[in-house]
Amino acid sequence: MKRKRRKQRVIPGFGLSLGVTVTILSLIVVIPLCSLVIFSAHLSFADFIKTVTSERVLASYKVSFLTALVASLINAVMGLILAWVLVRYQFPGKRIMDGMIEIPFALPTAVAGISLTHMTVDSGWIGSFFAKFGIHIAYTRIGITLALVFIGIPFVVRSVQPVLEKMDAQYEEAARIMGASHAYTFRRVIMPEIMPALIAGFTMAFARSLGEYGSVVFIAGNTPYYTEITPLLIMAKLQEYDYASATSIALVMLAAAFLILFINAVIQSRTSRIISGIK
Amino acid sequence: MNYKKKVTAILLASALSVGLLSGCGSSSSENGSAAGSNAAGNGPVEITNVSYDPTRELYAAYNEIFAEYWKETTGQDVTITQSHGGSGKQALEVANGLEADVVTLALEGDVDAVKDAGLIEDGYTSEFDNDSSPYTSSIVFLVRKDNPKDIQDWDDLLRDDVGIITPNPKTSGGARWNYLAAWYYFEKQGQSEEQIEESMKKLYQNVLVLDSGARASTTSFVENKQGDVLLAWENEAFLSLEEYPGEYEIVIPSVSILCQPTVAIVDEVVDERGTRDVATEYLSYLYSDDAQRLEADNFYRPSNEDILAEYTSDIDSNTITELPEDGKWIITNNFELTNIDHFGGWTEATEKHFSDGGIFDSIYEEK
Amino acid sequence: MNQRNDSGTVKWILIVISALFLVVMLILPLLYVLITAFREGIQIYLEAVTDTYALKSIQLTLEATVLAVITNTIFGLFAAWCITKFNFGGKKIISTLIDLPLTVSPIIAGLIFVLTYGRQSALYPFLKSAHISIIYAVPGIVMATIFVTFPFISRELIPVLTAQGTDEEEAAALMGANGWTIFRRVTFPHIKWAFLYGIVLCTARAMGEFGAVSVLSGHLRGKTNTMPLYIELLYQGYDFTGAFAISSILVVMAIIILILRSVLEYRGKKNEE
Repeated sequence: MKRKRRKQRVIPGFGLSLGVTVTILSLIVVIPLCSLVIFSAHLSFADFIKTVTSERVLASYKVSFLTALVASLINAVMGLILAWVLVRYQFPGKRIMDGMIEIPFALPTAVAGISLTHMTVDSGWIGSFFAKFGIHIAYTRIGITLALVFIGIPFVVRSVQPVLEKMDAQYEEAARIMGASHAYTFRRVIMPEIMPALIAGFTMAFARSLGEYGSVVFIAGNTPYYTEITPLLIMAKLQEYDYASATSIALVMLAAAFLILFINAVIQSRTSRIISGIK
Repeated sequence: MNYKKKVTAILLASALSVGLLSGCGSSSSENGSAAGSNAAGNGPVEITNVSYDPTRELYAAYNEIFAEYWKETTGQDVTITQSHGGSGKQALEVANGLEADVVTLALEGDVDAVKDAGLIEDGYTSEFDNDSSPYTSSIVFLVRKDNPKDIQDWDDLLRDDVGIITPNPKTSGGARWNYLAAWYYFEKQGQSEEQIEESMKKLYQNVLVLDSGARASTTSFVENKQGDVLLAWENEAFLSLEEYPGEYEIVIPSVSILCQPTVAIVDEVVDERGTRDVATEYLSYLYSDDAQRLEADNFYRPSNEDILAEYTSDIDSNTITELPEDGKWIITNNFELTNIDHFGGWTEATEKHFSDGGIFDSIYEEK
Repeated sequence: MNQRNDSGTVKWILIVISALFLVVMLILPLLYVLITAFREGIQIYLEAVTDTYALKSIQLTLEATVLAVITNTIFGLFAAWCITKFNFGGKKIISTLIDLPLTVSPIIAGLIFVLTYGRQSALYPFLKSAHISIIYAVPGIVMATIFVTFPFISRELIPVLTAQGTDEEEAAALMGANGWTIFRRVTFPHIKWAFLYGIVLCTARAMGEFGAVSVLSGHLRGKTNTMPLYIELLYQGYDFTGAFAISSILVVMAIIILILRSVLEYRGKKNEE
């Protein structure tokens, strides 16, 4: 510990960088977030609990949570496959595929929501196909999930990809030479290596999906108890000039986001400790 | 000494970043002060009109004739900046500091919210004629061509085979009018309060998509082909007939509600910017004959009785399949309109029906 | 080497799955945007995109994007340097706070600025007397854009710098190099690609931000309408062609940025070899 202390003095720029970091962080993130806390403090604690646990609000948590979870699980699987394909295989069109991954970041969520809705209504390109089997996508939870899959794709791919790129192929080869099957090699050799990155990507996609608004309002149909997401409920409260309730629900969502990040950080530090312990 | 140096560095860095951020702030404060100073004298003047969704076409046209009129009478150029969105959201933004010289919102209740924030003085509804509603509208049904589900009146909406599109009354002004119009119908049928609630519950169970705003609902119905009937502003319904000729029909129910969009001057803003004169004239001119005709051409009911009569049709049918060629589109035969006073005014209606835990919330409680 | 070991079938099955997924999830929506944009012919398309209000919204979006990218670049570099090169108390908290905007709902992001700088805030009288308008004006839009893209650059840099460790910088510092030289000569070459990628992400996301900006823009036509807001405005006004025409510009801008990045990266990596 002491040795480390001395070490950090060697590199210059600590004061400057900490100063800039903390100042911008306060102005952009911390101070605005504090006002959220101040505004929700207008409610007494009992009222706060009552607001954030009312039936309608609980139902919206459920919708948001379930759709976000399913969407991020789909993204975890598809993201892993995509990252794997992009890193390990050579094939025509690979670079185009690679470049496309960020499109969901760039396309405004509203546009994404509008075009996904048009495509998946029962008369749309995709919707008409599924409608034959009696599956409706737009205006159901499936539609919400679809929109969330769309916005979450880049998170998993881009966090797994660099790890796969750096991963030493030697372990795999060794395993292979020793007669391990593909499945076995993947499960026992590759998975543990990429697990932290996969979890990180998954949690980011999940947290982002929980709060998504722009694309979901168009495709959701917004029926209370069925397709009403929590951010929409916040908007509704705001429009009733009910700031206290809106900020309270927002605070719950914020806490959820913080918790997700925190859990991720714990998992990351634990796994990296285990890995470095082995080494 | 090292410590001192570090603190200095941190402070310096803070100052730098604050400077950086305020740099982007200062660019607009220039805009702000420019807008403030231009009001006096004969230089060009700028006002902002914050309105609700369906009035875009109306105000795009009105702003042109008003600018001409203002130039003629005062010699001054006026530019009007428009903002459109859900009525409740727009009111909220003005209350939060969006600098509007005038608000032209969907209902009095929303203007009240701006008043409650202290921006508008009491008694604004008597500032202009007709309770400060230069034009009115009502709620009608828009159905698909040939009315395949044979929807004629509000009770047809309770049938199991009918899918309804209407926005969420919690977030949309138009949707509140829809809700109250339906309520009035069931009341007229002699139903008790409990029976009405039951009927309303049935009606909202048939709602397929509960969009957040009137325009979004129209899109769900018209572009995405959802549902069999759209509960719509009269002006929105006629606009759809105009935009998609031959695809839709308007059905006039036996009763509905007279929707009174309300206009008001935002006192705090006009006093600060010195734009009270032009803002007042902007709203009064809405009552002039030219403007009243323009409103009628955009399918709003003018408040001027004579001009209203010019546009009133004498047909008896409750179905309109195309825009009348003579421009007489307003139907008054067999179309009874109640108004918000029947519900005790907006404060009472909001409290009873749309507030947290109000009747609308109970409709959507677990079935 | 590994590629040869994988059996051909598995490889192609995975590639086909990936391609299908991307086609359905990404390409179809894009195609939809483009087809709708041109469905009434090129003339209408051109009219839509050269409209005065359209041009103003494009200008505003570019302005906000550039300012957001600059701020986040400065912040990202300092934050990454600070977090990876030094040990100090509260480091975990700072890095969690940096990530937080990524997971905060855009609605909340907009809301907090309204609460902080709006009429209800304690700061408002002060701002008013100084004639500074933040929300419902350009600075608010810029700040919201900075907020939603806040972690993009630092998040790309931190893992790379962590992996690289501090040995090289320490050596350089001991040999008497100053901070700027160390950064330029020792650190930057390592983080070049991560940095570039961060900027690309930040730019792309900043251009498309909708939720947060919509809460605090005020939708003043020609003044505070960014491209995504203008698209919504047109869409709600039944001008689907116009809405998708502007969307297509945004899509093209995004694609150009993504191509630029992949070209730069490809060249750079080639040079290194």
